[in-house]
Amino acid sequence: MAHGAHGAHGAVMQPPLYAEPGAGVYNEKLGMWVFLGSEVMFFTALIGSYIILRVATPAAWAPLSERVLNVPITAVNTFILICSSVTMVKAFAAAQLGRQQALCRWLLATVLIGATFVGIQVFEYQELIHKGFVPSAGLFPSTFYTMTGFHGFHVSVGVLCLIYVTWKAFRGKYTGADHRGVEVVGLYWHFVDLVWIILFTIVYLI
Amino acid sequence: MPDVAHQPGPGEAAPEHKEPPYIAIFFVLGVLTLVELGVAFLPWPKLTLILLLLLLAVWKAVLVALYYMHLRFEPNRLRMLAIAPLPLAVILVVAVIQEFS
Repeated sequence: MAHGAHGAHGAVMQPPLYAEPGAGVYNEKLGMWVFLGSEVMFFTALIGSYIILRVATPAAWAPLSERVLNVPITAVNTFILICSSVTMVKAFAAAQLGRQQALCRWLLATVLIGATFVGIQVFEYQELIHKGFVPSAGLFPSTFYTMTGFHGFHVSVGVLCLIYVTWKAFRGKYTGADHRGVEVVGLYWHFVDLVWIILFTIVYLI
Repeated sequence: MPDVAHQPGPGEAAPEHKEPPYIAIFFVLGVLTLVELGVAFLPWPKLTLILLLLLLAVWKAVLVALYYMHLRFEPNRLRMLAIAPLPLAVILVVAVIQEFS
């Protein structure tokens, strides 16, 4: 008994293990990557359900040429989102170099282009609803609005985050040595672009 | 006391590297989008079209992840973290789709 207590006491007195270096990145960035990992699973659930429903009920999906979706305007919108990724990454490059004016300019451009994407998506929704393509009209419309709606929500959140980061940039809060906010929001923004690349192909082109 | 490994700060998250060709990648993404549009309406067998379109989409997604999200220049541990959910996503879809195919 006494020996056991001594042993336990001895274990408590052992020196603590030293922290491992981790992934070699700062905490905010690591946190964003973990969050993006969970987002992958979120969108997998949506896209996976869409694929499974489509395989299970092929009659519910009209051929590409007969669908009401406006592919050309969405292709332009896809290109717009890709443009916003470029402006975002240029903002990050400017932040790394400590170029304040360029950082503000590129961030502002990203906000405007991102908002344009959301605006075009709203216009597309209005057009589709006008044609009777409403969520309750069938399996394809309901899955379409669920996937593109959640993506649009993510883009909208991204635009709000970008507005905050841009406001901070205009106040000179980011330097060449510390521009974590720009990098972290940039990761989120590029991820949203990446998801749209996949969604555009699966929903609009296949 | 053993020396704890250096934790890189915000400005030194990744080793120094030359700025990636952001604009060149932008043009590649634009061209691939145009190719996708062209391919989608070709009168080819459906399976061929699906595989080709998925290949183009994955190509674009990988370019964004590697260069715009800088995964190419990140430590291996972070790359593993980013890639880890992908096999799970594939397993989820492939496993459930067996019920219906």
